[in-house]
Amino acid sequence: MTAPVVNIADLRFAWPGQPPLLDVKAFELAAGERLFLRGPSGSGKSTLLGLIAGVLETDQGSISVLGQDMTQLSGSRRDQVRADHLGVIFQLFNLVPYLSVVQNVILPCRFSKRRQSEVTAAGGADQEARRLLAQLGLEDPDLLARNVTDLSVGQQQRVAAARALIGNPSLIIADEPTSALDADTRDRFIGLLSAEAKKTNAALLFVSHDASLAKLFDRAIDLSEINAAAQLAGAV
Amino acid sequence: MGVSIFGLAWRSLLNRKISALLTVTAIALSVALFLGVEKARNAAKSGFDNTISGTELIVGAPSGQINLVLYSVFRLGNATAEISWQAYEALDAREDVAWTIPISLGDNHRGYRVMGTNLNYFEHYKYGQRQDLAFADGREFDDLFDAVIGAEVAKSLGYELGTPIIITHGLGASGFNDHDDRPFRVVGILRPTGTPVDQTIHVSLEAITAIHVGWETGTRNPLVDTISEETIRGFDLTPRTVTAVFVGLKNRATVLRTRRAINTNKTEPLLAIIPGQALAELWQVMSTAERVLLAISAFVIAVGLVSILTSILTSLNERRREMSILRATGARPGHIFALLIAESTFLGLIGAILGALLIQLILLIAAPILTAQYGIALMGTGPGLVDLYTIGAVTLAALILGIWPAVTALRRSLADGLTVKV
Repeated sequence: MTAPVVNIADLRFAWPGQPPLLDVKAFELAAGERLFLRGPSGSGKSTLLGLIAGVLETDQGSISVLGQDMTQLSGSRRDQVRADHLGVIFQLFNLVPYLSVVQNVILPCRFSKRRQSEVTAAGGADQEARRLLAQLGLEDPDLLARNVTDLSVGQQQRVAAARALIGNPSLIIADEPTSALDADTRDRFIGLLSAEAKKTNAALLFVSHDASLAKLFDRAIDLSEINAAAQLAGAV
Repeated sequence: MGVSIFGLAWRSLLNRKISALLTVTAIALSVALFLGVEKARNAAKSGFDNTISGTELIVGAPSGQINLVLYSVFRLGNATAEISWQAYEALDAREDVAWTIPISLGDNHRGYRVMGTNLNYFEHYKYGQRQDLAFADGREFDDLFDAVIGAEVAKSLGYELGTPIIITHGLGASGFNDHDDRPFRVVGILRPTGTPVDQTIHVSLEAITAIHVGWETGTRNPLVDTISEETIRGFDLTPRTVTAVFVGLKNRATVLRTRRAINTNKTEPLLAIIPGQALAELWQVMSTAERVLLAISAFVIAVGLVSILTSILTSLNERRREMSILRATGARPGHIFALLIAESTFLGLIGAILGALLIQLILLIAAPILTAQYGIALMGTGPGLVDLYTIGAVTLAALILGIWPAVTALRRSLADGLTVKV
């Protein structure tokens, strides 16, 4: 049995001066697993992703990513783990507006030697970016040279997916990436993202408040199921 | 591998073209102003120092060395007293003196000073790097009523050889006090020197005496018209006084001893000054204003640099998503910090380089106009170390100022986490 990509134990987190937002006793995400995490706005989904990504620090408990306890690592080491092993997709405006399509996709390779060596082994960053974009349905050379702000929302999200996938990350975090897409585009996007993640055995943690998406994933949970703080707030 | 941090900074600036352009313009204008003042100061100092050279001493009636250098070299103001011809002859006869140039000032022609002197002036007077006076046209004065005019006089009044000149008594406007009974004739035009020589009308000392026959009381004697030019030529026209004397020594090493000897002259009180020392003292007086001007232009640069801060700080809020994206894709705090510092440095560097180029362009256009119209030669205004130092200092200051927005962006990016709800 392989070690989980993400393992959370006794996690507690509160924003300064606020009641506890997250109180998670246990949570695991296996390699290659596609997990759908739902919950209403303000329930702490994005905060949990920030904690897993090592951008936020816990008050208590542990978060292991690929066997490394993020709570015990220095800020720069957490940054390094994120740069090397995580791919992140946001809801909207999640591309650097002044870079071209290809430049956006290869941006993570600038910050990670591991990803650099991965793409070099695959034939180079530019080639790997074009391959990923082609897999996601973006092949037109003219379009790839364009500034990302010239693309449609659906095209932008596919570019963001390619950026998250480049360099074979072990964990892909997607925070409400389809909320601005229509139903057809949304389903196609999730299908493409899942397929690409599966090819590299990357775990996919997909967060949304739209419960209807649950059927597209291996497993679905509601944050309130694992968050004692939400249960307590609900009881009150 | 892809785009470097500097590449990101550059593209980020291009993405905010108008704001970046305005900031760079502010920096460029402030640097151009600063360098303009600095170059004008250097040109003025250079021109100032080059006004007279090769003259070891200037001798006049006792007043002060600044006053003496002002009226004898720069033709500004008047001597409070003159020195006698006998004193001049004694000075000229000194064994340690190689040559003397007596000058007599007091009259004008249409605002330009008229200076009586002798032929030694054309032989020994030097300016700049020991450059001799040279004729653009004509020759030295020979006849009593010959005049040699400076380049600017010729250009601005449109005079050429043979043009008659009426000298006006004193420094007042022409009219009632004109020496119109004894007109001069232009026989020589000097080449431009970039010194007060260009604005001077040179005549012989005897001519100064001649035109003042009948003016002994300071005003025109009505009987003067009855004295013919021929009669005047028969008079002893040796001057009774001169305004000042330029002195060249046989041995420059004796300058202090000669100056002391002249200054302690028993028969007539005299003041001998060393031109270099007097010019340095005069520049010292002027340098206060020049330093104030330089300080003002330095403050203008500071304002320009603040515009970098304003530009970047005001953009930070709308760029929080950009910072979050960079953090999510693996950028570490150092990358965010370096990005903002690089942007600030780029703005400072580009602005400073454009400012230095701008002032060179302005000088390129203005220099021929200044020389042609006003006889002002802008020396030492080409690109130099001061430009490099200014570009370096402004860039460094921009880099240091960039720390503020960089720290602010860093703190925000750490607090915002992966997503920004803005």
